[in-house]
Amino acid sequence: MIRLTIDKKTIEVEPGTTILKAARKVGVEIPTLCHFELCDMGIENKPGGCRICVVEVEGRRNLAPSCITEVQEGMVINTHNIRVLNARTTVLKLIISDHPFDCLVCAKSGDCELQDLARQFGIRTVPYGGEQSHYRKDTSPSIIRDVDKCIMCRRCEMMCNEVQTVGALSAVNRGFMSVVAPAFEMNLEDSPCTYCGQCVSVCPTGALTEVDHTNDIIRALSDPKKTVVVQTAPAVRAALGEEFGLEPGTLVTGRMVSALRELGFDHVFDTDFSADLTIMEEGTELLQRLRGHLAGDSSVRLPILTSCCPGWVNFFEHNFPDLLDVPSTAKSPQQMFGAIAKSWFADKIGVNRKDLVVVSIMPCLAKKYECQRDEFSIDGNPDVDFSISTRELAAFIKQANIDFLNLPEGDFDDPLGESSGAGVIFGNTGGVIEAACRTAYELHTGKTLEKVEFEALRGMEGIRSATIDFDGLPLHIGIAHGLGNARKLLDEVREGRSQYHAIEIMACPGGCIGGGGQPFHHGNSEILARRAAAIYSEDERKTIRKSHENPSIIRLYREFLGEPGSHKAHSLLHTEYFPKSNEVTINMQS
Amino acid sequence: MNQKINLAPEVLAYMEKLNGSDGVEVVVNLPKEKVEQINEICNSFDNDPQELINVLHETQHLFGYLPAEVQDVIAHNLHLPVAHVYGVVTFYSYFTMLPKGEHPISVCTGTACYVRGAEKVLEEFKKELNIKVGETTPDGRFSINCLRCVGACGLAPVVLVGEKVYGRVSPDGVKAILAEYDK
Repeated sequence: MIRLTIDKKTIEVEPGTTILKAARKVGVEIPTLCHFELCDMGIENKPGGCRICVVEVEGRRNLAPSCITEVQEGMVINTHNIRVLNARTTVLKLIISDHPFDCLVCAKSGDCELQDLARQFGIRTVPYGGEQSHYRKDTSPSIIRDVDKCIMCRRCEMMCNEVQTVGALSAVNRGFMSVVAPAFEMNLEDSPCTYCGQCVSVCPTGALTEVDHTNDIIRALSDPKKTVVVQTAPAVRAALGEEFGLEPGTLVTGRMVSALRELGFDHVFDTDFSADLTIMEEGTELLQRLRGHLAGDSSVRLPILTSCCPGWVNFFEHNFPDLLDVPSTAKSPQQMFGAIAKSWFADKIGVNRKDLVVVSIMPCLAKKYECQRDEFSIDGNPDVDFSISTRELAAFIKQANIDFLNLPEGDFDDPLGESSGAGVIFGNTGGVIEAACRTAYELHTGKTLEKVEFEALRGMEGIRSATIDFDGLPLHIGIAHGLGNARKLLDEVREGRSQYHAIEIMACPGGCIGGGGQPFHHGNSEILARRAAAIYSEDERKTIRKSHENPSIIRLYREFLGEPGSHKAHSLLHTEYFPKSNEVTINMQS
Repeated sequence: MNQKINLAPEVLAYMEKLNGSDGVEVVVNLPKEKVEQINEICNSFDNDPQELINVLHETQHLFGYLPAEVQDVIAHNLHLPVAHVYGVVTFYSYFTMLPKGEHPISVCTGTACYVRGAEKVLEEFKKELNIKVGETTPDGRFSINCLRCVGACGLAPVVLVGEKVYGRVSPDGVKAILAEYDK
């Protein structure tokens, strides 16, 4: 152990501990900017570049960056004396000197770590003039890059490369000219970006933000000719409350429904309903492939991969174009909802699909891109018109002056608002495959499941595996969250080493609860754990916990679709995948 | 594969000037034998991603510059994101994405040359050729770059054209140097 003194407090810590972490142990909070950590997941960014976290080490000539300086025996450290505060203020002023002063209209205002620091340090003037960055804004279907606001903390680069292994972003150029950008500074849309949004969720400033569709929705809501329906993804209800000051992990399902009704949506529905529908289709496909495999049909591809995460779909289209027949063909719950809303439901209420606007509230930024994909529209009319994030919904509710905290508990409308507990747990890593197991087990064995919770499938480890006993048939299941982990499982499939029958993949760490559209967690992994617990508690509260027992789902098949996997189900609820090259320019001439 | 790419406006504007095209999409062709040459270089470093700088170095030596599609092939071989390769290429001033001229001009702006008037010599080259540092003349004959010290400070200010060294160059002498390369 190493003994040292921090602000007159003596402490013993393990060798290799940084001053920053040692200080936190004695309750001394050193401000940081570029440093970022999601400790439970082994995710850490510490380039030591911003120099906000400098401290004085007695006997050392220069101030030391505390996030990368390891403790030494007998160190005496002052974290907040005048010399340190002066240095921090100077550094901060220098960073701000090349930052646009447009906080009034910045999407990140109020949630910006640079703004917070400026306030904390009482910065009122910036004495340094000089050159300003003027880079073009890059708008993709999901994400906006405004690198004039970039402070080169490189958190996004770490997320994109080390955690997600997407490799869309890299620091390019040198000195004043350096920016984080895709290869050849092309647009994000032309890069291998999956729109998972993890870069946005860690960006400390407004350099990376989501494309905001709130105004499109306001326009639709104020058009008397339009019927506007809304669907809400499972993970939204477990995080939305954070934006209104509630403890992380507070479920706000009822209040969210009431708020959406107050906002003027004609029907408030639930993506959990279409999550149940996804299980019917994906579960059926799993059983079909499994039975084919057991019967010795060599044309059957196993494992089957879940396909409800659009970031993941983009990832395999880019990186595994040779494995496009492995994922389930089932559409994601968002798109299944849109397809059913604009067919079965539109007919029911006698509205032309062109006059029905489907809005989705998602914890996700990739969903914005997904709903714009050509294959999810008919004659230019998309199945899902607009997808907004949990953050955008919160801002919309505040803008409409709705007293969210004191709203009564509302109930979802019928028929697309009824759901089982299986639909709810889609929001957590492992949830989709657990939901699939609940249904597939009963359909395969004909027996009733005694205990619906598959504890073996739960948890926060990046890659998990479990064997589920299907009445004598051992079903091997793999689970990955975070695209870097997904890549490892996919490499096994590609090399023929995969032992799994089914694999669930979610692009974001933690699953949808940690999605790129969720309230900012600022590196606090406890928040993710609480959201996950909230999702499981919502499942427990449900009387119906298996997708195939959802009465509205049973009715939908009886009245409209026929059987799972029927011709009609296929044309509405299944999709195909397209190879996307990561190589941008190669044009081979023979 | 024949995909269109969107380049940064600065690069694009320059490539358009070079290609004389007025479109916003640039499709660059890479002949098969060139791809094979790059593959060979990558192979000689065991396709090891740690050897990226060495691979870039040799490739630039072979091609004279590192255009986007060359970086693509290298990224593919070394299993690196092409954004990362581009990041390294743009970080080091030695690497260039623009073709150098037939006669690359390097003006030394090291300390000794600088104090003896290299800046004025450089200005004269820029004026004569009507290009900036790092650019190539539209006819592809000349390009201008700066370097720091060739170890001939006694001859300051020093200019290199290709491998040939010119010492004690004055702004007045620039025209004469360029004239040597007029066929």
